[in-house]
Formats: sequence, structure tokens, C-alpha cells
Amino acid sequence: MSKLPFLPAHVLSGMVRKGEISFSDITSEVIARLEAQDKSINAYISRRLEAAREEAKALDESLARGEDLPPLAGIPLAVKDNICTQGFLTTCASKILYNFVPPYNATVVEKIKKEKMIIIGKTNMDEFAMGSSTENSYFGTTRNPWDYQRVPGGSSGGSTAAVAAGESIVALGSDTGGSIRQPASFCSVTGLKPTYGRVSRYGLVAFASSLDQIGPIARDVKDAYLLLKVIGGYDRCDSTSLPLPLPEEQLNGKVRGKILGLPKEYFSEGIDPKVKEIVEKAIKIWQEMGCIVKEITLPHTKYSVATYYIVAPCEASSNLARYDGVQYGFRNPEYTITGQNPVIDMMEETRDNGFGSEVKRRIMLGTFTLSHGYFEAYYLKAQKVRTLIKEDFEKAFQSCDFIVTPVSPTPPFKIGEKISDPLKMYLSDIFTIPVNLAGLPALSIPGGFTEQNLPVGVQIIGKPLDEYGILNLGFAFQEATDFHKRSPHGN
Amino acid sequence: MEIESVIGLEIHTELSTRSKMFCSCSTRFGSSPNTQVCPVCLGLPGVLPVVNEEAVKIGIKTCLALNCEINRYTRFDRKNYYYPDLPKNYQISQQYIPIGVDGWVEFEVGEEVKRVRIHNVHLEEDAGKNVHEEGKNFSLVDLNRAGIPLLEIVTYPDMRSMEEVNSFMNELRNILIYIGASNCKMEEGHLRFEANVSIREKGSEELGPKVEMKNLNSFKSVLQALEYEIERQGARLRRGKPIYQETRLWNEEKGESYPMRFKEEAQDYRYFPEPDIPPLEISETMIEDIRATLPELPLKKRERFVKEYGLSKREAGVLVEEKEISCFFEEVVKACPHPRVVVNWIMGPVMRELNERGLTIGESKVTAAKLARLLEMVKSNLITQTNAKYCLHEIFDSGEEPEKIVQKRGWTQVTDAEEIEKIVREAILKNPRAVEDIKNGKKTAFGFLIGQVMKLSQGKANPGKVREILERELGSSSKGEG
Repeated sequence: MSKLPFLPAHVLSGMVRKGEISFSDITSEVIARLEAQDKSINAYISRRLEAAREEAKALDESLARGEDLPPLAGIPLAVKDNICTQGFLTTCASKILYNFVPPYNATVVEKIKKEKMIIIGKTNMDEFAMGSSTENSYFGTTRNPWDYQRVPGGSSGGSTAAVAAGESIVALGSDTGGSIRQPASFCSVTGLKPTYGRVSRYGLVAFASSLDQIGPIARDVKDAYLLLKVIGGYDRCDSTSLPLPLPEEQLNGKVRGKILGLPKEYFSEGIDPKVKEIVEKAIKIWQEMGCIVKEITLPHTKYSVATYYIVAPCEASSNLARYDGVQYGFRNPEYTITGQNPVIDMMEETRDNGFGSEVKRRIMLGTFTLSHGYFEAYYLKAQKVRTLIKEDFEKAFQSCDFIVTPVSPTPPFKIGEKISDPLKMYLSDIFTIPVNLAGLPALSIPGGFTEQNLPVGVQIIGKPLDEYGILNLGFAFQEATDFHKRSPHGN
Repeated sequence: MEIESVIGLEIHTELSTRSKMFCSCSTRFGSSPNTQVCPVCLGLPGVLPVVNEEAVKIGIKTCLALNCEINRYTRFDRKNYYYPDLPKNYQISQQYIPIGVDGWVEFEVGEEVKRVRIHNVHLEEDAGKNVHEEGKNFSLVDLNRAGIPLLEIVTYPDMRSMEEVNSFMNELRNILIYIGASNCKMEEGHLRFEANVSIREKGSEELGPKVEMKNLNSFKSVLQALEYEIERQGARLRRGKPIYQETRLWNEEKGESYPMRFKEEAQDYRYFPEPDIPPLEISETMIEDIRATLPELPLKKRERFVKEYGLSKREAGVLVEEKEISCFFEEVVKACPHPRVVVNWIMGPVMRELNERGLTIGESKVTAAKLARLLEMVKSNLITQTNAKYCLHEIFDSGEEPEKIVQKRGWTQVTDAEEIEKIVREAILKNPRAVEDIKNGKKTAFGFLIGQVMKLSQGKANPGKVREILERELGSSSKGEG
């Protein structure tokens, strides 16, 4: 088996420029992996393999002509299927958008195209990004490349599985409550959730607008940083995007003297002992590099899941209202045209048959909490708690540079294990959710493996806009370890 | 028992921006269905709204004109409801922190100045339009209008009569046109209303159950619907039947209203802050910059016209009713400083020509300079009133300079006494019977004779001079006839 699909983009780019391999080699090898195993893994919902091959060939020709190409040109990329691609199916893994072809590109896709990266296909996910296992997909569950019996995490499970399995080199995911970091942890890849507003959301099909953020998924920190620089930056089409320049410094691994805050609330009961052990080992590695470790407290952590499950469903219930069968997507064919109000019947039956059960659950939750008489008690209260959670982090960051935590309380769980118990599923995001509520940047890096060879990630949370800082801390770790270099097929 | 009605209005006005509220699509009226749309106003998955700054500025300007307080920190909210013409199934509006609050409009009702308080002014986006074709088992949706900026103005229930409602609507419409907020073209749906009305015994301070009336798309339908509703409530009150708080739809064709079904009425819009648009911070500088662009408002202008030009209230009212006309008036007066002459000409011949031609003054070929020069000619007796009117008519036709027309037509007025004497004598010779009648004291004959002189002079003789000379020639004392 070729090693190419398991090398990071920055290495591949160098090899191409040295003439050791061609862009076509990379794309063909990635496609070969995809064809060999995606029937089992199911990372992709739709593919554009021929177009990818042609694009790679055209880039080889450009290079031969001596043209200048951007750093990530010719690198295969997988795009989560909730990011709009012009003229190419974008389903959100939902029946209700099973046939939706957007007439426009998301801003990040425009930027990817400008960088001349090669889109391999659109990846599987939990329907409308609602879930932590990629089991809530109309197009079937994605399997974890490290153990087919287990989930890849979610909701960006297709993207992380694709990168882990060598079916892509890098990928785009979206993170509303941990949807990049938790599957990155489960699949042993590097995933970054940028500061809210760093990356334009224009063209990201909205789940919870005040929490959603697109981010890079990659084999290592260096690639994640390169990809962030491609997709990030101010966009006038997104009023919530930040009019600030992206970091430009090189990663140097200099972390001596940095203070790592360990929130005591994150290392308490409910966490798998092996996960705890791996995270503590990682902390030791940083200590050996000269980092200072300090216990901190984030006292409102215990309210974060409850807060999230009010804020996110409220926004979702409104964001998903547009899927009614009127203009695009699925329309239930058997609505009763003779009914009292045929239009309402059509909408109701379309939504009833078009959405999966988790999506319906959240729409109902949100509709209820926004309704007259409950709005103040739920939505407004949740917003207040959200502010408290944010203030927890502000206070904590007065005495530390980074906060280091587990990504998920457990290693990847078995398919079907939590799907019938929503509350259990929701709690698997307990360490990632507060970060979204506070709008902070956070990174998930491979931290080690359990005895059963299941990946466990480590989360680094940064101050607002300090993507560079957390990436550099991650970079230092990856310079000292090789977990990120391991592939599910051994190395 | 004397009944008093208590009326409040909600006015939806379409703003005169070139592009839509949250995208750059055109707001042009009357294009083919679904040709002025983009992913944003179609509400496609993944799109985000970007606030039209011009609409916000117009919103602020309107708030200032309506004496509102501007919320320096204003926010958008989502109003959630399902309807096929609403592409996102929510409307972006302002529920919690609207752009302006607590204002008022003053206007004249008869001799009195009446004040209606404004509860709030807020920005929102319009919905599309459902088209139902006869005999078809489907409906069509046109989304050209979806996303067009609307300003909703909500009054307190401060109106007590149809006359007040009518005057208020007129005044508000004028203000909106004066400040350039809206073109207020009723036929294009630029102004739409909802009214609420309750009745009570006059003198009572308590409010009766409030009935809301929807679907009022013209001044006429507001007045008719209110009249209908007040009558309906009054009849129930007299018969001792209860009045229910409800929402009723006005049916323009049938001239009656009917209650909305419970399901339609019991809407819970589940308002919450729009997460895709950060709150807007409106700076003091921005407000002051906009305030500096506020033109003189109609009420002030009317008062000034009365004071400055000695016009009657009615005249000032007619001129100010149309911003263009009032500006035209002032321009003419600047060049021809006889406001009384100018107002008479504008309210008379000029408006008559405009009405007949179905034009506004701006669309017509008459300019202030041309009218001023024409009136100067009248004033200095170079042309008679009658010929001046013909001349005006020709300016309307061709836009030619008044001097040229007068010269071409030979309308230069004859004021030379000798020349007029000649014509007068000729008229006397030709009309011996009339002369006889005058001598016998038949006063109407004098007028007849003046007419004959004018005819012989082809309308060019100065009528004052003609009278003077004719009197002298006849040696009569028939004054005050004409």
C-alpha cells in the first residue's frame, strides 16, 4: 500500500516540487484508498473522482510550465456535506435535501478553489450536524477506520474518517458543540475549531448560527494551520465574521514558560480512566518542555450542556424552518391536496418524512423553548448562563495561556451504543460544548491510544483569536510524539 | 350614549432603497416573477443576511422626522411563521430593540393641531407574493418582493375620528415623501396598513376590547374598514352584545370584514434575536449627520408659507401637500416676488394643466423660471391674463420660452392710450345699440362693449385701460361692471 495518502500536505507539496511525485500521484493514491475501503467506511456521501483526477493533471501541467502555485495546490480535500458547493450535491446528510444542488459556493469553497486544492467529494455527517457519532445520517453510518465496529465521532465523522483512512489528505468540518474536535479525537487526526468569526459561515448550512464554525481537519498541526490560512479571514457576506488579519508567524514549538491551565471540573468523575491517563501523559510531555501546569476552575461547566441544548435547538428550530418542500429539496409526494389547508399539509408531511428523529427532537425542543411563556425561562436564562460560562474562561485566562483538557470523556464508542439514549450521547460533548458557548478557538490533537488501539485526543483551548498559540503548543507536542503519524493500517 | 372610537394604526412602508434589505438584489417594481432574486433573498441553505446601510439610515431619518428616540444599540429579531411566500419561514424584523421609540406626529385637523404618539419604528424585510390562478390546483410564488426593506411605524391608539385618521395618514405620507424615505406609491403597495379600534362611551378613560383589522392597502380601505368596524361594534354595544378582542380581515370588494380563524390568529411568532446579524451601534455622529439632511417638514412649511408669503392656511395646505409643488412655488416666487399672483396661478391654471395631462410638475415642460417670466409679463401688463393662460398652455405643450410664444403669437399687450382710443371708438361706432342701452342705464351693456373692444384688439388691449377710456368716451358712470 502506498504511503502517500498518509503523508501530510506540507510533505507532499515539498515532494511534488522536488519532482519526486506528481499531483496526479497523490490524487490517484487517495482515490485508490477511497475505492478500496469506502464501501465499508462510508466516509463520503458523494464523490467527484474523475474531476479530481483531471484537476490534478491540469496542475501537473501548470507546474511543468513553471507556473507558481499556492502552497496547498493539488492537495486532495474532503468537504463536509453541509458546506455548499456550486453545482454539486449538498445534502447535510438529510433526506430533506437529498437532491439539493446549490447554485453558489460557500466562501470557504471559493477560497479552496482559489488555492487550487482538489475536492474529492462531500463527506458524511450527522444530519444537519446534529449528533456525535455520524449515526444520524440519511446515507448510513460512517465507520471508524480504526475499528469498524465503532463510531468515528460526529458530526464531522465523515471528514475525520476520510483523513484517517487516507481517503483524503485534509478536510473541512464544522463545529457547533465539538463536531470537529470529538471526531478528530475518535479518528486520531488533528482538528481545529477556530474562534467564532474567524472563518466565514457564508454557505455553511446553518445548524446553530451563534455556535457554528468551519474548521480544518488534517493529519498534523502544520497542515491544519496551512488550511486555516486558506479558509479564514473576513468576509463581507458574513456579518459575524471578524475584520481581523489571520496569524502569519511560523510554528516554532517554543512553549517554554507557557502556563497550562487544567480545569478541575474536566478531570472529575465520568471520565474514562484511560482517557485521563493519556491526557495527563500529554501534559507531562509539555512540562518536560518547560510548560508550567496550574489547576484552574471553570465553575459553570456543569451548566454548559443544559445551556447548549437550549441555545442550539432554539436557533436550529428557526434555521431549519425553511425546509418545507416549497422551493427545493424533498417534497412529500402524498400530501392531501383536498385537506383544509393543502399547503400546510404539504409542509407538515414533507417535514415529517424528510427529517430524521434527532433533528425532529431538536426542532421540537427549540420550538418549545422559544414559545410564548417559555422564552424568558429558557432562552433568556440560557443566554445569561452562556455569559457566565464565557466569563469563567475570561477569568481563567488571566492566570494561564492555554487550557488543556480531554476532548471526549471516552474513546470511540460502539455503533448503536448510545443512539437510543440521547442524553448519554449529548454528554459525550461535555468538554467541547463550553468552548463553542464562549466562542473560543480549540484544537484536538492525537494524544495516544488505549490498549485496544483506540485513539484518544487532547484538547487545547486558547484565548480568543489565539489560534497560533494553540497550534504552536500542538506543534511542539507533535514534534515530540508520533501518534499523529500512525495510521489505522499500521506504519 | 355618545360613543367614541379609539384608533391606532400600524403602517408598513416600503423604503426607497435601490437594493433589498439583506442582499444586493434590485427593488424595482413590476419585473417578471422571480427575476430579482439571489440565494440570500431566496433563503437558500447556508446564506446569511447583510444589513443594507442605506435602509438603516432611512430608518433613522424617519425616526428623527417622527420625533422618535433612536436606540443607539439596535438589534434584529426573527419572527417565525410558516407561509409559502416567506422563503426562510421566518421574517427578519425588530421586536425587542427597534430602531426608534416614543415619537409623535403633529398635524392639523380643522383649526386644531393634533398629536398622535408613535410607539415604535422598526425595520424588517418584506415577504414574496403568492399567486393563485383561477381553476388551478396549485399556487405560484413570486419572490421578487421578498427581502425588500420595510419600515413599520406603530402608533398609540390616539385617534378618535375618521377625520383624524385621514389627516394623520396624509400627514405621515407627506412626511415620508418629504424626507425621501418612501415613494408612497399606493398602487405598488408602498403603504400598507393595519388598524386597531375599540369603542367606549365618550368621556370614559377605559379602553374597550381591541379589534385588529388586517389587509388594508389604501387610505380608502382603512377608512371604510374602520367605519364598518365602528358601526359593527356600536351596534353590538347598543344591543347589549359583547365585543370580542379579535383580528378581522377586511374584504375590499365586499366592503365587509370577517374574523380570522382561530388557527390563523393564535400565532406564536417565537421571536428571538437574529444570531446572524450582530447588534448595530448607532453613533451620535451618524445621527447628527442624518439630522442635518432632514428637510423642512410639511407642518413647519405650511406655517412658514402662511407667515412668509401671506397665504391662507388652505393655500399653504394645497401647496405643501405635494413637496414638488411647494418647492416649485418657492422657486417661482424667488424670481417673481409676488406670492399672491404665483399662488393663484399655481393653484389655478398650472394645477389644472397638470391634472388634465396627468403629470407632476417635474415631469412637465414648465419650469419655475419660465412661469416666473410669464407672470412678470402679466404683472407689468405686457400680456393679458387670458393670453397668459394660452401661453402657459403652449409652454406645457412645447416647453418653449414664454417671450418667444408671446412674440410669435403677437400677444404683446396694447397699453398705448391712443391706440386703445382708436379701437374703443371703432367699437362704439359698430355697436350703436349697446351705446344706447348704456345711456338708458342698462349696466350689462357696458361689459358687452368691453368685450367687443377686446375682440377687436385680438385680446391684446389692456382691460383696465379699455375700461378707463370707454368710460371717458361714453361719459357714463357705469363703474363696477365687467
